[in-house]
Amino acid sequence: MREFRYGRATGVAEAVALHAGNPEARFLGGGTNLVDLMKSGVESPELLIDVRGLPLDRIEVAGDGSLRIGATVTNSDLAAHPEVRRRYPALAQAVLAGASGQLRNMATVGGNLLQRTRCGYFYDTIQPCNKRRPGSGCPAVTGEHRNHAILGWSEHCVATHPSDMGVALAAFDAVVSVHTADGPAQLPLPDFYLPVGDTPHRETALPPGALITGVTLPPAPVAARSRYRKVRERASYAFANASIAAALDIRDGVVREVRLAFGAVASRPWRAGTAERTLTGGPATAEAFAAAADAELAAARPLTHNEYKVPLVRNLVVAMLTELAEEAAR
Amino acid sequence: METNSSAISLRVNGETHALTVDNRTTLLDALREHLDLTGTKKGCDHGQCGACTVLLDGRRATACLQLAAAADGRTVTTIEGMADGDRLHPVQQAFLDFDGYQCGYCTPGQICSAIGVIEEHAAGWPSAVTADVRPEAGPPPLDADEIRERMSGNLCRCGAYVSIVRAVAEAAAQVAAGREAAGGQGSGAGGTRVTA
Repeated sequence: MREFRYGRATGVAEAVALHAGNPEARFLGGGTNLVDLMKSGVESPELLIDVRGLPLDRIEVAGDGSLRIGATVTNSDLAAHPEVRRRYPALAQAVLAGASGQLRNMATVGGNLLQRTRCGYFYDTIQPCNKRRPGSGCPAVTGEHRNHAILGWSEHCVATHPSDMGVALAAFDAVVSVHTADGPAQLPLPDFYLPVGDTPHRETALPPGALITGVTLPPAPVAARSRYRKVRERASYAFANASIAAALDIRDGVVREVRLAFGAVASRPWRAGTAERTLTGGPATAEAFAAAADAELAAARPLTHNEYKVPLVRNLVVAMLTELAEEAAR
Repeated sequence: METNSSAISLRVNGETHALTVDNRTTLLDALREHLDLTGTKKGCDHGQCGACTVLLDGRRATACLQLAAAADGRTVTTIEGMADGDRLHPVQQAFLDFDGYQCGYCTPGQICSAIGVIEEHAAGWPSAVTADVRPEAGPPPLDADEIRERMSGNLCRCGAYVSIVRAVAEAAAQVAAGREAAGGQGSGAGGTRVTA
């Protein structure tokens, strides 16, 4: 590991000032991904700015009913919080589906949004990787890609975003608060993650040196009946093959509102807007759920080893919405 | 911040230690190489196996992904600090009574993790197998499914899992009974608290 300097920031503005003009600086939160990337040689910062002690560790219900989650809130505290479990149960479930108890105690919300893909070629520094070394190529497209993207990828990168939490945040219209050298700013999650295109190394719209200070979830009564389900190769403690966050509001057999987002299928948490529009105002039947999933997955471009994800996601949509509809009928 | 090392203070098992560490040093290496506390084990060194689990400010954490510099001023409890004199922690005793190991390499991490699990459960935290996470549903019973899920960050390559689940269940019952007897004020050696 390269030697590096370490310092603690006591305030948000100070943290951003310490980072300013230094492309080799990194903010350190829980370190569960960054320290591992440094051990693997994928990241080699010359300065770590520890932001874990910043006063961003609160979860608050704002006056307008939105939920404000500080960037240094740990995964454990997020998933244990009564208002998260009551208003956005799928978010609590998503967080609990990720990593292990030890890691959730360390990991933070801001770091979770910025964690890197677990693509094996990205982690293996002797391999080409357009994300790690721009222009060097993507061995995954023709190589091992069983757990790679089916939506939104390009020939430059087929890696997936590993977050579970982010999938629920995408379903609930999360807005990311950031602090740049020019002051505070807001980035809705769809604008936060950039399309892959020919720049897979540029993952977010976060300006250089900007710090994530929190995430806001607008009020969403539909989220009170929501669930997260994750399919993986072990019963616990593994990254997803596919996952889904879903929320459903039905009146008289008609879909009034629905939220759907998928994990482990794209370079970002995938909000299934096409499926949502297909369903809204229509019947809440298994046939309609399947048709909506098909409409969303019409854009899917699976590769040789990950074709299984298309029927897997389709079945997850039907199963989850059917469960939520049955729950609503009780 | 001008050098590549840091002067830090760690409170480990009730004793404060001042030491200077290269910034690359993990808490795991600081415990083992600087403080001679070799009970905490290095397994994968990537946060995947749980062998290095310790309690950091009362909460379980993988010491291999925790930089020592970033642990400055914090409180660490390792396996060496779990017993109350000659009296083993109820989780340690249960691992002996139920044969919760074979080679023993993962055991310190398993025990530290289980102590964390019991406290997290007592604090009402749900898990990925909790059927209804809403607070109104109340805390789930700490049954075998809950224990397996909550302990999934600790691998045992000997495969002692069946006995580990029994040991954790038994220890949890004892800690709960002890807490009740003490009027909900914790239970001596079993009273490590989950703190913010």
